[in-house]
Amino acid sequence: MLQRVGYSLVALIGVVSIVFGILHLSGDPVLLLVPEGATQQDIDNLRHALGFDRPLYVQYFEYLRNLSRVDLGVSIIQQIPVLEIVLSRVSFTLYLALGGFFVAAGIGFPVGVILGVFRGSLGAKIAVPLVLVGQSMPTFWSGIMLIIIFSVNLGWLPSSGAREFSSIILPSIALGALSMATFARITRACILEEISKDYVTAANAKGISFTRVVFHHIIPNASLPIITVVALEVANLLTGAVIVETVFAWPGVGLLAIEAIEARDFLLVQAIVLFGSLIYIILNLVADFLYAYVDPRVKLVATP
Amino acid sequence: MQAGPNDLWVFIRPVWVFVLVLLCIFLIAVFAPFVTSHDPNYQNLLARLKPPGYSTGSRFYLLGTDELGRDLLTRIVYGARISLLVAFLSVSISLTFGVLIGMVAGYFRGFLEVLIMRMADIFLSIPAILLAILTVAVLGPSLLNLVLVLAFTRWPRYTRVAYAQTLSVAGSLYIKSSAYSGTSNTRILMRHILPNILAPLIVLATLEFGLMILFEGGLSFLGLGVQPPMPSWGSILSVGRNYISSAWWIVTLPGICLFVVVLSINVLGDFLRDKFDPRSLGR
Repeated sequence: MLQRVGYSLVALIGVVSIVFGILHLSGDPVLLLVPEGATQQDIDNLRHALGFDRPLYVQYFEYLRNLSRVDLGVSIIQQIPVLEIVLSRVSFTLYLALGGFFVAAGIGFPVGVILGVFRGSLGAKIAVPLVLVGQSMPTFWSGIMLIIIFSVNLGWLPSSGAREFSSIILPSIALGALSMATFARITRACILEEISKDYVTAANAKGISFTRVVFHHIIPNASLPIITVVALEVANLLTGAVIVETVFAWPGVGLLAIEAIEARDFLLVQAIVLFGSLIYIILNLVADFLYAYVDPRVKLVATP
Repeated sequence: MQAGPNDLWVFIRPVWVFVLVLLCIFLIAVFAPFVTSHDPNYQNLLARLKPPGYSTGSRFYLLGTDELGRDLLTRIVYGARISLLVAFLSVSISLTFGVLIGMVAGYFRGFLEVLIMRMADIFLSIPAILLAILTVAVLGPSLLNLVLVLAFTRWPRYTRVAYAQTLSVAGSLYIKSSAYSGTSNTRILMRHILPNILAPLIVLATLEFGLMILFEGGLSFLGLGVQPPMPSWGSILSVGRNYISSAWWIVTLPGICLFVVVLSINVLGDFLRDKFDPRSLGR
Protein backbone atom coordinates (compact mmCIF):
# COMPACT_ATOMS: atom_id res chain seq x y z
CA MET A 1 0.00 0.00 0.00
CA LEU A 2 2.83 2.35 0.86
CA GLN A 3 4.40 1.32 -2.41
CA ARG A 4 1.29 2.39 -4.31
CA VAL A 5 1.35 5.80 -2.61
CA GLY A 6 5.02 6.00 -3.50
CA TYR A 7 4.19 5.38 -7.15
CA SER A 8 1.66 8.20 -7.04
CA LEU A 9 4.32 10.53 -5.65
CA VAL A 10 6.69 9.50 -8.42
CA ALA A 11 3.92 10.17 -10.92
CA LEU A 12 3.35 13.59 -9.38
CA ILE A 13 7.02 14.54 -9.64
CA GLY A 14 6.99 13.18 -13.18
CA VAL A 15 4.04 15.38 -14.09
CA VAL A 16 5.71 18.43 -12.58
CA SER A 17 8.87 17.65 -14.54
CA ILE A 18 6.93 17.28 -17.78
CA VAL A 19 5.18 20.58 -17.16
CA PHE A 20 8.55 22.19 -16.46
CA GLY A 21 9.92 20.61 -19.64
CA ILE A 22 7.07 21.87 -21.78
CA LEU A 23 7.43 25.34 -20.29
CA HIS A 24 11.04 25.37 -21.48
CA LEU A 25 10.24 23.75 -24.85
CA SER A 26 9.49 27.15 -26.28
CA GLY A 27 13.10 28.17 -25.78
CA ASP A 28 12.46 31.30 -23.77
CA PRO A 29 9.73 31.04 -21.11
CA VAL A 30 9.98 34.74 -20.35
CA LEU A 31 8.34 35.53 -23.67
CA LEU A 32 5.30 33.55 -22.49
CA LEU A 33 5.02 35.60 -19.34
CA VAL A 34 5.54 39.16 -20.45
CA PRO A 35 2.50 41.18 -21.37
CA GLU A 36 2.13 42.08 -25.00
CA GLY A 37 4.02 45.19 -26.08
CA ALA A 38 6.82 44.83 -23.53
CA THR A 39 10.18 46.37 -24.41
CA GLN A 40 13.41 44.40 -24.52
CA GLN A 41 14.38 46.08 -21.24
CA ASP A 42 11.19 44.83 -19.57
CA ILE A 43 11.84 41.34 -20.85
CA ASP A 44 15.41 41.31 -19.52
CA ASN A 45 14.29 42.64 -16.16
CA LEU A 46 11.57 40.03 -15.83
CA ARG A 47 13.94 37.29 -16.91
CA HIS A 48 16.32 38.27 -14.16
CA ALA A 49 13.58 38.74 -11.57
CA LEU A 50 12.13 35.30 -12.26
CA GLY A 51 15.57 33.69 -12.42
CA PHE A 52 15.28 32.44 -15.99
CA ASP A 53 18.87 33.51 -16.63
CA ARG A 54 20.21 30.85 -14.26
CA PRO A 55 21.24 27.29 -15.26
CA LEU A 56 18.36 24.98 -16.05
CA TYR A 57 18.93 22.55 -13.17
CA VAL A 58 18.96 25.41 -10.65
CA GLN A 59 15.67 26.62 -12.07
CA TYR A 60 14.27 23.10 -11.86
CA PHE A 61 15.01 22.69 -8.17
CA GLU A 62 13.80 26.21 -7.45
CA TYR A 63 10.61 25.26 -9.29
CA LEU A 64 10.16 22.11 -7.18
CA ARG A 65 10.85 24.09 -4.00
CA ASN A 66 8.18 26.67 -4.85
CA LEU A 67 5.67 23.97 -5.68
CA SER A 68 6.36 22.16 -2.42
CA ARG A 69 5.44 25.37 -0.64
CA VAL A 70 2.26 25.53 -2.77
CA ASP A 71 3.56 28.68 -4.39
CA LEU A 72 2.38 28.72 -7.98
CA GLY A 73 3.11 32.37 -8.61
CA VAL A 74 1.01 35.44 -9.20
CA SER A 75 -1.11 36.00 -12.29
CA ILE A 76 0.62 38.54 -14.53
CA ILE A 77 -2.72 39.81 -15.76
CA GLN A 78 -4.85 39.88 -12.62
CA GLN A 79 -2.08 40.36 -10.02
CA ILE A 80 -3.66 37.76 -7.72
CA PRO A 81 -2.02 34.48 -6.70
CA VAL A 82 -3.06 32.00 -9.38
CA LEU A 83 -4.04 29.40 -6.82
CA GLU A 84 -6.69 31.77 -5.45
CA ILE A 85 -8.15 32.22 -8.92
CA VAL A 86 -8.27 28.47 -9.49
CA LEU A 87 -9.83 27.74 -6.10
CA SER A 88 -12.50 30.38 -6.64
CA ARG A 89 -13.74 28.41 -9.66
CA VAL A 90 -13.33 24.85 -8.39
CA SER A 91 -16.76 24.59 -6.80
CA PHE A 92 -18.47 25.19 -10.15
CA THR A 93 -16.56 22.36 -11.79
CA LEU A 94 -17.37 20.09 -8.85
CA TYR A 95 -21.10 20.88 -9.14
CA LEU A 96 -20.97 20.13 -12.83
CA ALA A 97 -19.06 16.87 -12.33
CA LEU A 98 -21.58 15.89 -9.66
CA GLY A 99 -24.44 16.64 -12.03
CA GLY A 100 -22.75 14.64 -14.79
CA PHE A 101 -22.24 11.80 -12.36
CA PHE A 102 -25.92 11.74 -11.41
CA VAL A 103 -26.87 11.55 -15.06
CA ALA A 104 -24.25 8.90 -15.81
CA ALA A 105 -24.99 6.70 -12.80
CA GLY A 106 -28.74 7.27 -12.77
CA ILE A 107 -29.11 6.09 -16.34
CA GLY A 108 -25.99 3.96 -16.79
CA PHE A 109 -26.46 1.51 -13.92
CA PRO A 110 -30.11 0.61 -14.56
CA VAL A 111 -29.43 0.34 -18.28
CA GLY A 112 -26.49 -1.95 -17.58
CA VAL A 113 -28.67 -4.15 -15.37
CA ILE A 114 -31.34 -4.35 -18.05
CA LEU A 115 -28.75 -5.20 -20.69
CA GLY A 116 -27.18 -7.84 -18.49
CA VAL A 117 -30.23 -9.49 -16.95
CA PHE A 118 -32.90 -9.17 -19.60
CA ARG A 119 -30.91 -9.82 -22.71
CA GLY A 120 -32.91 -9.63 -25.89
CA SER A 121 -35.87 -8.05 -24.15
CA LEU A 122 -37.66 -4.97 -25.43
CA GLY A 123 -35.97 -2.88 -22.74
CA ALA A 124 -32.55 -4.02 -23.90
CA LYS A 125 -33.40 -3.21 -27.50
CA ILE A 126 -34.30 0.33 -26.48
CA ALA A 127 -31.26 0.66 -24.24
CA VAL A 128 -28.60 -0.41 -26.75
CA PRO A 129 -28.87 2.61 -29.05
CA LEU A 130 -28.83 4.84 -25.97
CA VAL A 131 -25.47 3.39 -24.96
CA LEU A 132 -24.07 3.54 -28.48
CA VAL A 133 -25.14 7.13 -28.98
CA GLY A 134 -23.78 8.14 -25.58
CA GLN A 135 -20.46 6.57 -26.38
CA SER A 136 -19.97 8.07 -29.83
CA MET A 137 -21.42 11.54 -29.35
CA PRO A 138 -18.83 14.32 -29.12
CA THR A 139 -19.69 16.31 -25.99
CA PHE A 140 -19.13 19.65 -27.69
CA TRP A 141 -21.69 18.72 -30.30
CA SER A 142 -24.29 17.11 -28.06
CA GLY A 143 -24.06 20.20 -25.84
CA ILE A 144 -24.85 22.51 -28.73
CA MET A 145 -27.67 20.25 -29.90
CA LEU A 146 -29.18 20.32 -26.41
CA ILE A 147 -29.00 24.11 -26.46
CA ILE A 148 -30.68 24.27 -29.88
CA ILE A 149 -33.49 21.94 -28.82
CA PHE A 150 -34.18 22.90 -25.21
CA SER A 151 -33.08 26.54 -25.08
CA VAL A 152 -33.48 28.04 -28.52
CA ASN A 153 -36.51 26.14 -29.79
CA LEU A 154 -38.41 25.02 -26.72
CA GLY A 155 -37.13 27.72 -24.39
CA TRP A 156 -37.35 25.41 -21.38
CA LEU A 157 -33.85 25.70 -19.99
CA PRO A 158 -31.15 28.37 -19.92
CA SER A 159 -28.44 27.93 -22.55
CA SER A 160 -25.46 29.26 -20.65
CA GLY A 161 -24.09 30.63 -17.43
CA ALA A 162 -24.75 29.50 -13.87
CA ARG A 163 -27.27 31.97 -12.56
CA GLU A 164 -30.09 29.60 -11.65
CA PHE A 165 -30.38 26.02 -10.60
CA SER A 166 -31.84 24.84 -13.89
CA SER A 167 -28.64 26.00 -15.61
CA ILE A 168 -26.90 22.82 -14.57
CA ILE A 169 -29.32 20.41 -16.25
CA LEU A 170 -28.15 20.65 -19.87
CA PRO A 171 -24.39 20.67 -19.11
CA SER A 172 -24.85 17.65 -16.83
CA ILE A 173 -26.56 15.67 -19.57
CA ALA A 174 -23.88 16.57 -22.13
CA LEU A 175 -21.10 15.74 -19.70
CA GLY A 176 -22.67 12.58 -18.32
CA ALA A 177 -23.49 10.88 -21.62
CA LEU A 178 -20.08 9.31 -22.20
CA SER A 179 -19.71 8.08 -18.62
CA MET A 180 -23.26 6.78 -18.80
CA ALA A 181 -22.20 4.50 -21.67
CA THR A 182 -19.14 3.36 -19.71
CA PHE A 183 -21.21 2.61 -16.60
CA ALA A 184 -23.78 0.71 -18.63
CA ARG A 185 -21.17 -1.43 -20.35
CA ILE A 186 -19.23 -2.21 -17.18
CA THR A 187 -22.38 -3.03 -15.22
CA ARG A 188 -23.55 -5.25 -18.01
CA ALA A 189 -20.22 -7.09 -18.26
CA CYS A 190 -20.05 -7.63 -14.49
CA ILE A 191 -23.61 -8.91 -14.34
CA LEU A 192 -23.06 -11.26 -17.25
CA GLU A 193 -20.03 -12.66 -15.50
CA GLU A 194 -21.95 -13.11 -12.27
CA ILE A 195 -25.10 -14.55 -13.83
CA SER A 196 -23.22 -17.50 -15.33
CA LYS A 197 -21.90 -18.65 -11.95
CA ASP A 198 -22.99 -21.87 -10.27
CA TYR A 199 -24.72 -20.26 -7.32
CA VAL A 200 -27.18 -18.55 -9.65
CA THR A 201 -28.04 -21.88 -11.24
CA ALA A 202 -28.37 -23.38 -7.76
CA ALA A 203 -30.65 -20.57 -6.59
CA ASN A 204 -32.79 -20.99 -9.69
CA ALA A 205 -32.94 -24.71 -9.15
CA LYS A 206 -34.06 -24.21 -5.56
CA GLY A 207 -36.99 -22.26 -6.91
CA ILE A 208 -36.03 -18.81 -5.60
CA SER A 209 -37.74 -16.20 -7.71
CA PHE A 210 -35.61 -14.73 -10.44
CA THR A 211 -36.19 -11.14 -9.28
CA ARG A 212 -34.96 -12.11 -5.84
CA VAL A 213 -31.85 -13.76 -7.26
CA VAL A 214 -31.12 -10.66 -9.33
CA PHE A 215 -31.62 -8.12 -6.57
CA HIS A 216 -30.29 -10.08 -3.59
CA HIS A 217 -27.41 -11.95 -5.14
CA ILE A 218 -26.34 -10.91 -8.60
CA ILE A 219 -26.42 -7.14 -8.26
CA PRO A 220 -24.65 -6.99 -4.85
CA ASN A 221 -21.92 -9.32 -6.09
CA ALA A 222 -21.55 -7.57 -9.41
CA SER A 223 -21.41 -4.15 -7.80
CA LEU A 224 -17.98 -4.67 -6.26
CA PRO A 225 -15.93 -4.32 -9.44
CA ILE A 226 -18.26 -1.55 -10.63
CA ILE A 227 -17.46 0.62 -7.62
CA THR A 228 -13.82 0.79 -8.59
CA VAL A 229 -14.67 2.17 -12.00
CA VAL A 230 -16.56 5.03 -10.39
CA ALA A 231 -13.46 6.85 -9.13
CA LEU A 232 -11.87 6.64 -12.56
CA GLU A 233 -15.01 7.94 -14.23
CA VAL A 234 -15.16 10.89 -11.84
CA ALA A 235 -11.66 11.76 -13.02
CA ASN A 236 -12.87 11.58 -16.62
CA LEU A 237 -15.87 13.75 -15.79
CA LEU A 238 -13.60 16.42 -14.34
CA THR A 239 -11.38 16.58 -17.42
CA GLY A 240 -14.38 16.34 -19.74
CA ALA A 241 -15.67 19.45 -18.02
CA VAL A 242 -13.21 21.62 -19.97
CA ILE A 243 -15.21 21.23 -23.17
CA VAL A 244 -18.68 21.23 -21.62
CA GLU A 245 -17.92 24.36 -19.60
CA THR A 246 -16.82 26.11 -22.77
CA VAL A 247 -20.01 25.14 -24.59
CA PHE A 248 -22.31 26.30 -21.79
CA ALA A 249 -20.17 29.20 -20.52
CA TRP A 250 -20.16 27.44 -17.16
CA PRO A 251 -17.73 29.39 -14.94
CA GLY A 252 -15.61 26.45 -13.77
CA VAL A 253 -11.92 25.66 -13.96
CA GLY A 254 -12.18 24.36 -17.53
CA LEU A 255 -13.53 27.61 -18.86
CA LEU A 256 -10.90 29.39 -16.77
CA ALA A 257 -8.19 27.42 -18.60
CA ILE A 258 -9.47 28.54 -21.97
CA GLU A 259 -9.79 32.15 -20.80
CA ALA A 260 -6.25 31.97 -19.42
CA ILE A 261 -4.87 30.78 -22.76
CA GLU A 262 -6.66 33.55 -24.59
CA ALA A 263 -5.30 36.10 -22.11
CA ARG A 264 -1.84 34.51 -22.38
CA ASP A 265 -1.80 34.17 -18.61
CA PHE A 266 0.68 31.36 -18.60
CA LEU A 267 1.16 30.84 -14.87
CA LEU A 268 -2.58 30.39 -14.53
CA VAL A 269 -2.63 27.77 -17.28
CA GLN A 270 0.21 25.95 -15.58
CA ALA A 271 -1.54 26.05 -12.20
CA ILE A 272 -4.70 24.55 -13.71
CA VAL A 273 -2.76 21.76 -15.39
CA LEU A 274 -0.89 20.89 -12.19
CA PHE A 275 -4.05 21.10 -10.12
CA GLY A 276 -6.00 18.93 -12.54
CA SER A 277 -3.24 16.33 -12.71
CA LEU A 278 -3.03 16.22 -8.92
CA ILE A 279 -6.75 15.50 -8.64
CA TYR A 280 -6.46 12.93 -11.41
CA ILE A 281 -3.59 11.12 -9.66
CA ILE A 282 -5.43 11.15 -6.32
CA LEU A 283 -8.57 9.72 -7.90
CA ASN A 284 -6.54 6.97 -9.58
CA LEU A 285 -5.03 6.14 -6.21
CA VAL A 286 -8.49 6.06 -4.64
CA ALA A 287 -9.66 3.72 -7.40
CA ASP A 288 -6.81 1.32 -6.65
CA PHE A 289 -7.51 1.39 -2.92
CA LEU A 290 -11.21 0.80 -3.50
CA TYR A 291 -10.33 -2.12 -5.71
CA ALA A 292 -8.18 -3.71 -3.03
CA TYR A 293 -10.81 -2.94 -0.39
CA VAL A 294 -13.77 -4.51 -2.14
CA ASP A 295 -11.72 -7.46 -3.35
CA PRO A 296 -9.17 -8.51 -0.71
CA ARG A 297 -7.62 -10.96 -3.16
CA VAL A 298 -6.12 -8.01 -5.00
CA LYS A 299 -2.77 -7.05 -3.54
CA LEU A 300 -1.56 -3.55 -4.18
CA VAL A 301 1.66 -4.50 -5.87
CA ALA A 302 1.87 -2.72 -9.18
CA THR A 303 3.50 -4.40 -12.12
CA PRO A 304 6.99 -3.03 -12.59
CA MET B 1 -22.88 -19.37 -31.55
CA GLN B 2 -22.60 -18.63 -27.87
CA ALA B 3 -22.89 -14.89 -27.31
CA GLY B 4 -19.84 -13.48 -25.57
CA PRO B 5 -19.82 -10.70 -23.01
CA ASN B 6 -19.24 -8.23 -25.83
CA ASP B 7 -22.31 -9.07 -27.82
CA LEU B 8 -23.78 -5.64 -27.15
CA TRP B 9 -23.02 -4.62 -30.70
CA VAL B 10 -24.71 -7.67 -32.11
CA PHE B 11 -27.91 -5.65 -32.34
CA ILE B 12 -26.55 -3.35 -34.97
CA ARG B 13 -24.64 -5.76 -37.06
CA PRO B 14 -23.93 -6.42 -39.90
CA VAL B 15 -20.66 -4.68 -39.29
CA TRP B 16 -19.96 -4.32 -42.98
CA VAL B 17 -22.51 -1.50 -43.16
CA PHE B 18 -20.29 0.53 -40.85
CA VAL B 19 -17.14 -0.54 -42.65
CA LEU B 20 -18.74 0.67 -45.86
CA VAL B 21 -19.59 4.02 -44.27
CA LEU B 22 -15.99 4.40 -43.11
CA LEU B 23 -14.68 3.43 -46.52
CA CYS B 24 -16.90 6.02 -48.20
CA ILE B 25 -15.77 8.76 -45.84
CA PHE B 26 -12.16 7.72 -46.33
CA LEU B 27 -12.50 7.88 -50.11
CA ILE B 28 -14.31 11.22 -49.94
CA ALA B 29 -11.51 12.60 -47.78
CA VAL B 30 -8.73 11.31 -50.03
CA PHE B 31 -10.37 12.42 -53.26
CA ALA B 32 -11.83 15.64 -51.86
CA PRO B 33 -10.83 17.78 -54.89
CA PHE B 34 -12.70 15.37 -57.17
CA VAL B 35 -15.75 15.12 -54.93
CA THR B 36 -16.25 18.84 -54.98
CA SER B 37 -14.74 21.25 -57.45
CA HIS B 38 -15.12 24.21 -55.12
CA ASP B 39 -12.58 25.88 -52.87
CA PRO B 40 -13.35 25.33 -49.16
CA ASN B 41 -12.13 28.85 -48.40
CA TYR B 42 -13.91 30.69 -51.21
CA GLN B 43 -16.09 33.38 -49.68
CA ASN B 44 -19.25 34.73 -51.20
CA LEU B 45 -20.30 37.48 -48.83
CA LEU B 46 -23.59 37.96 -50.68
CA ALA B 47 -24.58 34.39 -49.74
CA ARG B 48 -23.87 34.37 -46.04
CA LEU B 49 -25.70 31.99 -43.66
CA LYS B 50 -27.92 30.57 -46.39
CA PRO B 51 -29.83 27.40 -45.55
CA PRO B 52 -29.27 24.02 -47.23
CA GLY B 53 -30.56 23.87 -50.77
CA TYR B 54 -29.88 27.56 -51.42
CA SER B 55 -29.12 28.51 -54.98
CA THR B 56 -27.60 31.73 -56.33
CA GLY B 57 -28.48 30.90 -59.87
CA SER B 58 -24.91 30.17 -60.88
CA ARG B 59 -24.23 27.91 -57.93
CA PHE B 60 -26.13 25.47 -55.78
CA TYR B 61 -25.34 25.09 -52.08
CA LEU B 62 -26.56 21.63 -51.05
CA LEU B 63 -25.77 22.08 -47.35
CA GLY B 64 -26.00 25.85 -47.24
CA THR B 65 -23.29 28.37 -46.40
CA ASP B 66 -21.46 29.54 -43.30
CA GLU B 67 -20.98 32.98 -41.78
CA LEU B 68 -18.58 34.05 -44.56
CA GLY B 69 -20.62 32.58 -47.40
CA ARG B 70 -18.40 29.55 -47.79
CA ASP B 71 -19.96 26.32 -49.06
CA LEU B 72 -20.59 24.13 -46.02
CA LEU B 73 -20.52 20.87 -48.01
CA THR B 74 -17.08 21.65 -49.38
CA ARG B 75 -15.80 22.58 -45.94
CA ILE B 76 -17.17 19.38 -44.42
CA VAL B 77 -15.55 17.30 -47.17
CA TYR B 78 -12.20 18.96 -46.62
CA GLY B 79 -12.76 18.77 -42.87
CA ALA B 80 -12.92 14.98 -43.18
CA ARG B 81 -9.39 15.16 -44.58
CA ILE B 82 -8.12 17.02 -41.53
CA SER B 83 -9.88 14.71 -39.08
CA LEU B 84 -8.61 11.53 -40.71
CA LEU B 85 -5.14 12.93 -41.29
CA VAL B 86 -4.69 14.03 -37.68
CA ALA B 87 -6.07 10.73 -36.35
CA PHE B 88 -3.96 8.67 -38.74
CA LEU B 89 -0.72 10.49 -38.00
CA SER B 90 -1.17 10.58 -34.24
CA VAL B 91 -2.19 6.92 -34.06
CA SER B 92 0.74 5.89 -36.31
CA ILE B 93 3.30 7.77 -34.24
CA SER B 94 2.03 6.67 -30.84
CA LEU B 95 1.47 3.09 -32.02
CA THR B 96 4.97 2.72 -33.45
CA PHE B 97 6.71 4.32 -30.51
CA GLY B 98 4.53 2.76 -27.84
CA VAL B 99 4.73 -0.77 -29.22
CA LEU B 100 8.49 -0.62 -29.76
CA ILE B 101 9.35 0.41 -26.23
CA GLY B 102 6.64 -1.83 -24.79
CA MET B 103 8.22 -4.82 -26.50
CA VAL B 104 11.66 -3.77 -25.33
CA ALA B 105 10.39 -3.50 -21.75
CA GLY B 106 8.73 -6.89 -21.87
CA TYR B 107 11.57 -8.70 -23.62
CA PHE B 108 14.68 -7.31 -21.97
CA ARG B 109 13.13 -6.76 -18.52
CA GLY B 110 15.41 -5.38 -15.83
CA PHE B 111 16.14 -1.68 -15.52
CA LEU B 112 14.65 -0.79 -18.91
CA GLU B 113 11.38 -2.40 -17.88
CA VAL B 114 11.10 -0.36 -14.70
CA LEU B 115 12.08 2.86 -16.45
CA ILE B 116 9.72 2.47 -19.39
CA MET B 117 6.70 1.27 -17.45
CA ARG B 118 7.10 4.00 -14.82
CA MET B 119 7.27 6.58 -17.59
CA ALA B 120 4.11 5.13 -19.06
CA ASP B 121 2.38 5.42 -15.68
CA ILE B 122 3.45 9.02 -15.34
CA PHE B 123 2.15 9.94 -18.76
CA LEU B 124 -1.14 8.21 -18.08
CA SER B 125 -1.62 10.31 -14.97
CA ILE B 126 -1.75 13.59 -16.87
CA PRO B 127 -5.19 14.17 -18.34
CA ALA B 128 -4.62 14.39 -22.09
CA ILE B 129 -6.72 17.50 -22.54
CA LEU B 130 -4.78 19.40 -19.88
CA LEU B 131 -1.47 18.43 -21.45
CA ALA B 132 -2.81 19.61 -24.79
CA ILE B 133 -3.88 22.92 -23.27
CA LEU B 134 -0.43 23.44 -21.78
CA THR B 135 1.45 22.53 -24.93
CA VAL B 136 -0.70 24.69 -27.12
CA ALA B 137 -0.35 27.58 -24.68
CA VAL B 138 3.43 27.28 -24.97
CA LEU B 139 3.97 26.34 -28.60
CA GLY B 140 0.89 27.88 -30.18
CA PRO B 141 -1.88 26.00 -31.97
CA SER B 142 -1.15 24.28 -35.27
CA LEU B 143 -1.90 21.05 -37.07
CA LEU B 144 1.56 19.65 -36.39
CA ASN B 145 1.45 20.53 -32.68
CA LEU B 146 -1.97 18.91 -32.45
CA VAL B 147 -0.64 15.65 -33.93
CA LEU B 148 2.39 15.73 -31.65
CA VAL B 149 0.32 16.41 -28.52
CA LEU B 150 -2.02 13.54 -29.31
CA ALA B 151 0.85 11.15 -30.04
CA PHE B 152 2.69 12.36 -26.96
CA THR B 153 -0.23 11.60 -24.65
CA ARG B 154 -1.43 8.33 -26.13
CA TRP B 155 1.69 6.13 -26.54
CA PRO B 156 1.49 4.61 -23.00
CA ARG B 157 -1.76 2.83 -23.93
CA TYR B 158 0.05 0.85 -26.62
CA THR B 159 3.09 0.38 -24.42
CA ARG B 160 1.04 -1.27 -21.69
CA VAL B 161 -0.66 -3.70 -24.05
CA ALA B 162 2.54 -4.49 -25.98
CA TYR B 163 4.39 -4.99 -22.70
CA ALA B 164 1.84 -7.39 -21.21
CA GLN B 165 1.57 -9.33 -24.45
CA THR B 166 5.33 -9.57 -24.90
CA LEU B 167 5.70 -10.85 -21.35
CA SER B 168 3.31 -13.69 -22.05
CA VAL B 169 4.82 -14.54 -25.44
CA ALA B 170 8.50 -14.18 -24.48
CA GLY B 171 8.37 -17.12 -22.08
CA SER B 172 7.16 -19.57 -24.71
CA LEU B 173 9.39 -22.33 -25.99
CA TYR B 174 9.65 -21.21 -29.60
CA ILE B 175 11.07 -17.86 -28.55
CA LYS B 176 13.56 -19.53 -26.23
CA SER B 177 14.63 -22.02 -28.85
CA SER B 178 15.24 -19.36 -31.45
CA ALA B 179 17.19 -17.33 -28.89
CA TYR B 180 19.35 -20.36 -28.08
CA SER B 181 19.98 -21.03 -31.74
CA GLY B 182 21.50 -17.58 -32.01
CA THR B 183 18.78 -15.47 -33.60
CA SER B 184 19.46 -11.80 -32.94
CA ASN B 185 17.24 -9.97 -30.48
CA THR B 186 16.02 -7.55 -33.14
CA ARG B 187 14.96 -10.43 -35.33
CA ILE B 188 13.18 -12.19 -32.48
CA LEU B 189 11.31 -9.01 -31.57
CA MET B 190 10.31 -8.18 -35.13
CA ARG B 191 9.77 -11.62 -36.63
CA HIS B 192 8.53 -13.70 -33.75
CA ILE B 193 7.09 -11.50 -31.03
CA LEU B 194 5.53 -8.64 -33.00
CA PRO B 195 3.30 -10.82 -35.23
CA ASN B 196 2.05 -12.67 -32.18
CA ILE B 197 1.08 -9.62 -30.18
CA LEU B 198 -0.41 -7.64 -33.06
CA ALA B 199 -4.08 -8.57 -32.73
CA PRO B 200 -4.93 -6.73 -29.48
CA LEU B 201 -2.85 -3.78 -30.67
CA ILE B 202 -4.88 -3.49 -33.84
CA VAL B 203 -8.07 -3.49 -31.78
CA LEU B 204 -6.65 -0.79 -29.52
CA ALA B 205 -5.45 1.28 -32.47
CA THR B 206 -8.91 1.12 -34.07
CA LEU B 207 -10.66 2.36 -30.94
CA GLU B 208 -7.94 4.99 -30.42
CA PHE B 209 -8.47 6.20 -33.99
CA GLY B 210 -12.06 7.06 -33.09
CA LEU B 211 -10.94 8.75 -29.90
CA MET B 212 -8.32 10.79 -31.77
CA ILE B 213 -11.01 12.06 -34.14
CA LEU B 214 -13.03 13.14 -31.10
CA PHE B 215 -9.94 14.76 -29.55
CA GLU B 216 -9.09 16.60 -32.75
CA GLY B 217 -12.67 17.86 -32.95
CA GLY B 218 -12.70 18.83 -29.28
CA LEU B 219 -9.36 20.63 -29.30
CA SER B 220 -10.14 22.42 -32.56
CA PHE B 221 -13.48 23.37 -31.05
CA LEU B 222 -11.65 24.91 -28.10
CA GLY B 223 -9.41 26.79 -30.54
CA LEU B 224 -6.38 24.73 -29.55
CA GLY B 225 -6.16 22.60 -32.66
CA VAL B 226 -6.58 23.29 -36.33
CA GLN B 227 -6.72 27.03 -36.93
CA PRO B 228 -9.09 28.90 -39.23
CA PRO B 229 -9.47 29.20 -42.15
CA MET B 230 -8.43 25.55 -42.39
CA PRO B 231 -11.68 23.57 -42.31
CA SER B 232 -12.00 21.14 -39.42
CA TRP B 233 -15.27 19.74 -38.11
CA GLY B 234 -14.37 20.99 -34.66
CA SER B 235 -13.52 24.52 -35.75
CA ILE B 236 -16.61 24.77 -38.00
CA LEU B 237 -18.69 23.82 -34.96
CA SER B 238 -16.89 26.33 -32.81
CA VAL B 239 -17.72 29.22 -35.15
CA GLY B 240 -21.20 27.93 -35.88
CA ARG B 241 -21.96 28.07 -32.17
CA ASN B 242 -22.42 31.83 -32.54
CA TYR B 243 -25.22 31.32 -35.06
CA ILE B 244 -27.26 28.54 -33.49
CA SER B 245 -30.47 30.53 -33.49
CA SER B 246 -30.17 31.74 -37.08
CA ALA B 247 -28.20 28.99 -38.88
CA TRP B 248 -28.66 25.60 -37.27
CA TRP B 249 -27.06 23.75 -40.17
CA ILE B 250 -23.53 25.02 -39.49
CA VAL B 251 -23.33 23.23 -36.15
CA THR B 252 -25.62 20.33 -36.89
CA LEU B 253 -24.12 18.88 -40.06
CA PRO B 254 -20.39 18.61 -39.18
CA GLY B 255 -21.46 17.16 -35.83
CA ILE B 256 -23.48 14.44 -37.55
CA CYS B 257 -20.40 13.55 -39.62
CA LEU B 258 -18.26 13.33 -36.50
CA PHE B 259 -20.86 11.22 -34.77
CA VAL B 260 -21.28 8.80 -37.68
CA VAL B 261 -17.53 8.33 -38.13
CA VAL B 262 -16.89 7.74 -34.43
CA LEU B 263 -19.88 5.43 -34.11
CA SER B 264 -18.71 3.36 -37.09
CA ILE B 265 -15.19 3.12 -35.72
CA ASN B 266 -16.50 2.07 -32.30
CA VAL B 267 -18.64 -0.65 -33.84
CA LEU B 268 -15.73 -1.87 -35.95
CA GLY B 269 -13.32 -1.78 -33.00
CA ASP B 270 -15.65 -3.74 -30.77
CA PHE B 271 -16.26 -6.23 -33.52
CA LEU B 272 -12.52 -6.76 -33.93
CA ARG B 273 -12.13 -7.12 -30.18
CA ASP B 274 -14.74 -9.87 -30.13
CA LYS B 275 -12.94 -11.61 -32.96
CA PHE B 276 -9.43 -11.34 -31.63
CA ASP B 277 -9.84 -11.33 -27.91
CA PRO B 278 -12.86 -13.30 -26.73
CA ARG B 279 -11.79 -13.09 -23.09
CA SER B 280 -11.92 -9.32 -22.81
CA LEU B 281 -14.84 -7.88 -20.93
CA GLY B 282 -16.98 -5.23 -22.49
CA ARG B 283 -14.91 -2.24 -21.53
